[in-house]
Amino acid sequence: MEEKKRELLEIKGLTVQYHTSDGIVHAVEELSFDVEEGKTLGLVGETGAGKTTAVKAVMRILPDPPAKILSGEIFFEGEDLLKKSEKEMRRIRGKQISMIFQDPMTSLNPVMTVSEQIAEVLRLHGKITRQQAYEKALDMLELVGIKRERGKDYPHQFSGGMKQRVVIAIALACSPKLLIADEPTTALDVTIQAQVLELMKELKAKYKTSMVMITHDLGIVAETCDSVAILYAGQVVEYGTREQIFKNYQHPYTKGLFACIPDLFSDSNELTPIRGLMPDPTRLPEGCRFHPRCPIACERCGKEKPGPVETEPGHWVRCLAAAKDWEGGNACG
Amino acid sequence: MERTTGRYKKRSQAQEVWRRFRRNKRAVAGLIMLIVLLLCAAFAGLIAPFDPNKQDLVNRCAVPSMEHWFGTDELGRDIFSRIIYGARISVSVGLIAVSISLAGGVSLGAVAGYYGGASDNLIMRFMDILLAIPSILLNIAIVSALGTGLQNVMIAIGISSIPGYCRIVRASILSLKEQEFVEASRSAGASDFFIITRHILPNCIAPLTVQATLRIGSAILSCASMSFIGLGIVPPTAEWGSMLSTGRDFIRNAPHLCTFPGAAIMYAIFAMNLIGDGLRDALDPKLKD
Repeated sequence: MEEKKRELLEIKGLTVQYHTSDGIVHAVEELSFDVEEGKTLGLVGETGAGKTTAVKAVMRILPDPPAKILSGEIFFEGEDLLKKSEKEMRRIRGKQISMIFQDPMTSLNPVMTVSEQIAEVLRLHGKITRQQAYEKALDMLELVGIKRERGKDYPHQFSGGMKQRVVIAIALACSPKLLIADEPTTALDVTIQAQVLELMKELKAKYKTSMVMITHDLGIVAETCDSVAILYAGQVVEYGTREQIFKNYQHPYTKGLFACIPDLFSDSNELTPIRGLMPDPTRLPEGCRFHPRCPIACERCGKEKPGPVETEPGHWVRCLAAAKDWEGGNACG
Repeated sequence: MERTTGRYKKRSQAQEVWRRFRRNKRAVAGLIMLIVLLLCAAFAGLIAPFDPNKQDLVNRCAVPSMEHWFGTDELGRDIFSRIIYGARISVSVGLIAVSISLAGGVSLGAVAGYYGGASDNLIMRFMDILLAIPSILLNIAIVSALGTGLQNVMIAIGISSIPGYCRIVRASILSLKEQEFVEASRSAGASDFFIITRHILPNCIAPLTVQATLRIGSAILSCASMSFIGLGIVPPTAEWGSMLSTGRDFIRNAPHLCTFPGAAIMYAIFAMNLIGDGLRDALDPKLKD
């Protein structure tokens, strides 16, 4: 808008619902964010906040039924992905946008060797022979730090960290423009997490790939992301650059999240958690979705739905207290 | 352990299964029995001492002797030779009927399980109808519609055992399609057909192999029973079921006319069941040791 940024991915007002026998699950509502070319966006939120649903909508791999994309636009390189046919989407998936799943234990096929699985995506998207694909697959393995000889091995012969490396190799095999990583390190232990993140950063820089990093770990966000969207109950509650979110967080939910990080230099024995639980997504509270748990909520919050407010350039907060017409500072009047 | 290579000894899945299968004595016995049967079928001309259709009317219903090991039948034909030649028919019926039902059952089951919804309902209700009819009755109905003969018997037996495979494949696919690697393949741009053939079906091989081996035995039995009631193989072709059927008239005076073909049927089915049970145990990692 103000600058000439090249947006690779632009999501506008995306609303996704799951129609189940228990009622309508409002998984994602009015979700908007964008990813600049070569940059990384962090999607942060609790379990069930709609992070995975949002990115699966981008890939168009939501199971339908029960998932329904009600409204919104997803622009990828200026074209609306929601208007594409299944055949066109197949050409985009894996080639332009690829995805790394949370659990490397289950995201590899147990009856195929790892090189076959890497070669598969190459053969799906390019006219290359079996032999060329196999060679390229072994190159990819080497790139993620696995010896070529191990290409003939089956997934169960690898450790968790190595499996995730294989998954990364598959995701990057066609050098996609956008890489979606759905909690890529959650299933790994801390030392392996660091290695995998380092590898992803390196490869991202090498291929100039943009990335959407889904996580609930603010530490990972601080290390890898350029901008951050905080999700709560299907909505983006705060969105801005990494500096804006980390130095000047404004939404009460974000404040709560940061309050949960243990401080090495303070003497307190307990953390300050956010009280309460995420609302049941089939019965969301009226007004602001966070108000039942919000320390500064007032009567108005239970009635009015807050819209996004731009508090500084590029920094959006979905909270009535952030709006200019809010009276009474932080405490409710 | 060799330090130089730094690689532990690895076995492929097939080797691992074979290792477990081999330790099961009964399964190995079944395999040996099957190999004998296959050799009989393949080299019937060399093994059989007589022409299976050559009549010797002087020597009717002869009891087993050094010349005629299993005796002769009501037309003086050598029963041993006829049983050896009959193995050809039984083996080919077993294999072809099972292939027909595998092809039908796997494709229908894959569609039903993967797409679900209306197609699932339609296919599975049709399978329920097939299952509701006793298979012998279904076989009779199909053969009387198509006409008797070896080929039609194979088709009938194949069709009547489609539901078993269909259900197995559908059940495995229902659990497999929720696996993350299927989603991962989809997000890598794979089509439904690709996912089913490359990712899902290879994961169903274990239950299918067990079902197929066990069904070969019952296909042989079905074929024999079809011949027994006169709808299968037409005389004078040597077939165990029809030999049993004609021998039944002489059971009081010459019981060997029925005993040997019956024993041959039992032998073949017993072998297949031993192998099937052995494979089931070898393919199920939960039963490991």
